[in-house]
Amino acid sequence: MKHILAKTATRRSFLTLAAGGAALAATASAQSAQAQVATKARIVIIGAGAGGTALANRLVKRLNGAEITLIDPRKEHLYQPGLTLVAAGLKPADYVLSNTTDWLPEGVTLIQEAAAAIDAEARTVSTSGGQTLGYDFLVLAPGLTLDHDAIEGFSLDLVGTNGIGALYAGPQYAAATWQAAQAFTETGGVGLFTRPATEMKCAGAPLKHAFLLEDIGRSAGTRSKMDIHYMSNNQSLFGVPIVSEKVRMLFGDRGITPDYSHVLKAMEPGKKTATFATPDGDVERDYDYIHVIPPQRAPDVIRQSGLSWADKWTDQGWVECDKATLQHLRYDTIWALGDVAGVPKGKTAASVKWQVPVVEDGIVSAIAGTAPTETYNGYTSCPMITRVGRAMLIEFDYNNNLTPSFPGIIAPLEELWISWLMKEVALKATYNAMLRGRA
Amino acid sequence: MKDLTVNTMLAVFEEIFGRGLFWAMVIVAAVITLAYLYVLIRDRNVSWGKFLLAQLSMPIGAIAAVWFVLFMTHSKLGNIGGPVDVIVLLGIAVAGAVGFAVLVYTAQSLFRPNTEES
Repeated sequence: MKHILAKTATRRSFLTLAAGGAALAATASAQSAQAQVATKARIVIIGAGAGGTALANRLVKRLNGAEITLIDPRKEHLYQPGLTLVAAGLKPADYVLSNTTDWLPEGVTLIQEAAAAIDAEARTVSTSGGQTLGYDFLVLAPGLTLDHDAIEGFSLDLVGTNGIGALYAGPQYAAATWQAAQAFTETGGVGLFTRPATEMKCAGAPLKHAFLLEDIGRSAGTRSKMDIHYMSNNQSLFGVPIVSEKVRMLFGDRGITPDYSHVLKAMEPGKKTATFATPDGDVERDYDYIHVIPPQRAPDVIRQSGLSWADKWTDQGWVECDKATLQHLRYDTIWALGDVAGVPKGKTAASVKWQVPVVEDGIVSAIAGTAPTETYNGYTSCPMITRVGRAMLIEFDYNNNLTPSFPGIIAPLEELWISWLMKEVALKATYNAMLRGRA
Repeated sequence: MKDLTVNTMLAVFEEIFGRGLFWAMVIVAAVITLAYLYVLIRDRNVSWGKFLLAQLSMPIGAIAAVWFVLFMTHSKLGNIGGPVDVIVLLGIAVAGAVGFAVLVYTAQSLFRPNTEES
């Protein structure tokens, strides 16, 4: 009898569980079905990177009948958060590579050309192939431009030779960077880790590169031969003061010398010297390894179409938009998304993840004639790698407040293995889920 | 993390392992668990002889699980940096130990059902 009772109970709990699961699934699908808005709107998204792709995937789920077109000449999709790992020899170059078309949903059109001009008055976008597209809603998500020419004497074909690294430039350059960086960790010498004075994507990346090479040298037993300098663009090491202080302390522990207010402006690869602009005038420094991150600006098509801020970042041209809604301040049918947005923080994939639902809500609300409710608070996340195997999970907002996802469990300013696991294992998976509009 | 729901977690795991491998692992885990429940219900009691071997094999499962995670993530034990890391490490070890013990017990029950000593 006992056994029969036990069996019945087990079976009943199984059934309850199964029913619960089915109900949950039904609720989820009912929610997505309810949310569909019928429309004939023409939506053009410039850029099929992280932002454009994730937004397209979400819009096709929310809208029924919309004509969604993405414009992007690049066939390859880059998982840019992986570039620091490639440049430290921890991942191969193809770790960051996939095809743009792998991620796009059914029912959208991809034009593999560059956007050449935007006429916000006439609501048209012209492409490099001579097409002109009309739009009802336009999303600017073209990413940003790395202005390598701004560093006199530098060119991309030098990366990987003569102790020159430049991991931002793409997977092949990140892999070439590791060749030069590995030589530095083996033979030692002076290493200069630079960053530009402009806004930049993932301001943690130059710090991570310095930390990783220091740790690799330490593990290899060559650390004593390495003289590592972090060339900061101003008087801090990171935009968030409390994080900057933490990094300063870690640099102290690890023997990394901060050289404040040193902005790279020129180099002579043959002589292995670099010139830095400082408040006291130009300074020339010798190096055995130098990591170059050039100034970063909005793509020309944005700057030439009159969509940039007129009174802020005038040398960089980020899109003039509301920092909470990301809607253009002068054209209410245009939104900015990702690196190109003229907001004080957030040129990271994590920011994109937070921005996409805001732009989605703005467009769907405009179509449905309702008031949007989603806003962006400047959230950015930076798994700041401090060693191979350890990182700090730093998250913050516009106000430089730390906004930990797991307060009391994962301390943001502590070097933890779990934070490294998140970067190493879970981050790309979360990113991919985001691209598909599922996270 | 934004909207850490069950669906998000499933999406993340599908991306980590690939959809096919992830669900294959879920199915394998479910099959082993069901087989374990089946032998418990079939035999109407726990065989302590088999349970002893299952327990003795637990450290192997624990070490294997920890080694697998460290290897897959370029990590070493020296990277443990705080209490939460110790908890995660112990969690991985416990999961590996219990999983392997269940596997060993079930395999014995299924393939050597007649060596019952009780």
